Amino acid sequence: MEIPYTVSTRPDTGLWNAKVGIWLFLASEVMLFGGLFSAYIFLRLDAPPGMWPHGLLNVPVGTMNTAILILSSVTVVLAWAALKMRRYRAYWWYMLATILCGVIFLTVKLVYEWPQKFDHFGAYIKPEALGKYEQYLGNEHAAAKGLPPRLEITGHLHNRAALTDPNIKEYEVYLDPVNADPTNPAMDRPHFLYVPPTHKLAPIEKEDVERATMFLPTHSAYFASYFTITGLHGMHVLGGVLVFIYMWLPVSKKLYQRNPEHLANRVEVAGLFWHFVDLIWIFVFPLFYLL
Amino acid sequence: MDASTSLETHHHPGAHGAEHEHHELGWWRKYIFSTDHKVIGIQYGLCGLVFLFFGFCLMMLMRWQLAYPGQALPVIGKLLPYIFGPGTMPDGKMAPDFYNSLGAMHGTIMIFLGIVPVAFAAFGNFVVPLQIGAPDMTFPKVNAASFWAFAVGGVIMLTSFFVPGGAAKSGWTSYTPLADIADKGPNYHVIFSGQTLWLLGFIFLITSSLLGAVNFITTIIQLRAKGLTWMRLPFFVWAQFVTAFLLLLAFPPLEAAIVMQFMDRVAATSFFLPSGLVVNGAAVSVSGGGNPLLWQHLFWFLGHPEVYVLILPAMGIVAEILANNSRKPLWGYKSLVFSVLVIGFLSFVVWAHHMWLTGMGTAVSAFFQTTTLLISIPSVIILSAFFISLWGGSIRFTVPMLFATAFLPMFGIGGLTGIPLAFNSADLYLHDTYYVIAHFHYIVAPGTIFGLFAGIYYWFPKATGRKMNDFWGKVHFWPTLICMNVIFLPMFLQGMIGMHRRWYDGGQGWTLSGDHVWGLTGFQWNTPISWAAWTMGLAQIPFIINFFWSIKHGKKVNDNPWEATTLEWTAPSPPPHGNFVTTPIAYRGPYEYSLPGRDRDFTMQNEPVEPRERVRRKTPEAVLV
Repeated sequence: MEIPYTVSTRPDTGLWNAKVGIWLFLASEVMLFGGLFSAYIFLRLDAPPGMWPHGLLNVPVGTMNTAILILSSVTVVLAWAALKMRRYRAYWWYMLATILCGVIFLTVKLVYEWPQKFDHFGAYIKPEALGKYEQYLGNEHAAAKGLPPRLEITGHLHNRAALTDPNIKEYEVYLDPVNADPTNPAMDRPHFLYVPPTHKLAPIEKEDVERATMFLPTHSAYFASYFTITGLHGMHVLGGVLVFIYMWLPVSKKLYQRNPEHLANRVEVAGLFWHFVDLIWIFVFPLFYLL
Repeated sequence: MDASTSLETHHHPGAHGAEHEHHELGWWRKYIFSTDHKVIGIQYGLCGLVFLFFGFCLMMLMRWQLAYPGQALPVIGKLLPYIFGPGTMPDGKMAPDFYNSLGAMHGTIMIFLGIVPVAFAAFGNFVVPLQIGAPDMTFPKVNAASFWAFAVGGVIMLTSFFVPGGAAKSGWTSYTPLADIADKGPNYHVIFSGQTLWLLGFIFLITSSLLGAVNFITTIIQLRAKGLTWMRLPFFVWAQFVTAFLLLLAFPPLEAAIVMQFMDRVAATSFFLPSGLVVNGAAVSVSGGGNPLLWQHLFWFLGHPEVYVLILPAMGIVAEILANNSRKPLWGYKSLVFSVLVIGFLSFVVWAHHMWLTGMGTAVSAFFQTTTLLISIPSVIILSAFFISLWGGSIRFTVPMLFATAFLPMFGIGGLTGIPLAFNSADLYLHDTYYVIAHFHYIVAPGTIFGLFAGIYYWFPKATGRKMNDFWGKVHFWPTLICMNVIFLPMFLQGMIGMHRRWYDGGQGWTLSGDHVWGLTGFQWNTPISWAAWTMGLAQIPFIINFFWSIKHGKKVNDNPWEATTLEWTAPSPPPHGNFVTTPIAYRGPYEYSLPGRDRDFTMQNEPVEPRERVRRKTPEAVLV
């Protein structure tokens, strides 16, 4: 006996097998990311004032990546529709476009966004030393405006050796605009466009620092959840791209010639997964970049 | 038995029949890297049984330390350092860290590498497609991937015993911050430390469960034989269906938690580490801002549905065997089905009853207390229906039936003793005592494991064409039943006089244990319990020998030796690749035993409804898809 309903639909359910399978799988994925997002919510609610950073991510680049993913969701539907109309050439191009979108998304993430974070420095100042660095923090100004306190000085670390060498007593930091000019009302809200660190160099004594790291997962609960969730999302994007490449290679053309509906079904299932990955990003983007 | 018989459907008359020419597979593809659901089921079963015995061995070791704390274990104590490293049993005496490793790994192995693979994966794989009249699972390759993910996870878990510092030692629940900071420091590798390997192994085990769950649900939805409507499914299939949903939806949040704990350990994040954490008198250099309770919530969000993952398949097995051996239909089939569905739903909203001591607040506690008590209702319905099923039956006490009937009171004890734990106020006293140990072991040890034994004896003829020996089956059953109760009944007493479940010295140093119960102090009770545990280990030898001996030398039987009604007994024993000689069609419900006016006392699901039956029955025609 052969396994039935691999391509045709079962009369009483109206579905072929893989379609049931992928929806179940997506249900489990919802629970996976649901667990991570609920962790994000609880960590954020738990964070004391000033301990949940804002404006450290590059919003225009994130917006672009969002648009790229949405575009790829459109092209994968077009690829599927082309198969349904038995236009393999069009399918091939739409699939290529989808793959390229996925690759661009991952490249932006791994080559630009993440390394830029790894190269950025932040130092949380001890509560008793906050006054000493008032010129960089502007907490009187923040308090007057009803803004949360600023506890961290960020920027580009000039003497990177300070991170590991105990003989170096201070960090030399090219300040981010918010610390270079903390009382400027323009700094009260995160910038929409990315602004690089200024040329204003500030010495921060190590003994005044509670904790200083690059923007790594260890930096804060914020970056921990950012890297974990975007990392897991990135692995899903990678998985989707690999599956699409398989469906785009000549090996799948053979399946198309034998049974075009079978390939169309495969693309539909992979496409459903791809839409889900897209949807996760639709949650990631506002949670980390905007809010 | 031509396995290449193609299933004819009206919609899709074998468009690719030609490429599936039947050809003989090599030994490796047939028995090791197989995609056949029966082979995979047996692989899961054998691996799971080995892990069950291994996990039991860990506990038998711990029982020495509990009964005779600080004394050298004869013979075995001398040998173990050669296997697990010199620090584990110096001079034959168990080191505290090794004791902790044994405890944590006993729980992990028994649940995730023993019972889930046997109860869900092995029986589900082997029996479900046969019972629904399907040629295989819907996704055979995914099925094989599921097994191999499980195998990798199992190997990682076992490997963790041999890394410096030994296996995970923070309890099977791996509570943070303890688990976050365990096995860390200059003597430990970042990845190859016990706790990190525990996390890695879990990622593979969760993957395995997810793949399996997707496959099971799809198979049950899509591949039911013609005429096998939902209300004609054997109860076992329903139980597996709900179990698969629990695994599908409850495991991913734990996976999220595991990824976060992995990040905590490897990337120095602080998901579960609060600010200002001090360890051994020194502040831990992490960002803080995390929440240890977050781990507990995510863990028990899996942990509680997991309890039902452990028990529902066993209930399904017991249902099949009770109906078969009482020779009458299962009582209240519909109530059973709806109860199992309600259990499935409610099991997602009871998890915080494991966390009464965390101070969640009365409102939250009241909510979870209510849902926890609600979930006992469908459980009681199921157990009652099982008991009533026996009423007025002509019961045959075959070996499977012995285990199945023993399941009923054992599960009953386990379930009823859980009710005090459901009450916030009572649990404050009983929490983390041996009472809890006794309660959940009554559910999973003489409960689930008896169900598994029953299932093994019951379906063994289907898998091999031979029966296991009855006499040695009984020799296996009676000592196991007695020992189980000698082990776990006194633990209720130990718990009620306040003995804590994780004491390394078994409560020897606890002054209050001067309280006597039935002439022994709490600590002294450890000795008879331990001897019962070791005796029970010996009682498994008849089973092991019987199992392997019967594969080749058991009594040959026909395709339906138990005179059962469900579809798996219409297939040849052992079923060939593709399972059925002719495509089965179901004409009736799963438990048509002792129909009046018939020559035989069982009517199989694939026997067409006769005209005279239609007069008597209310359903005018057999319902066909």
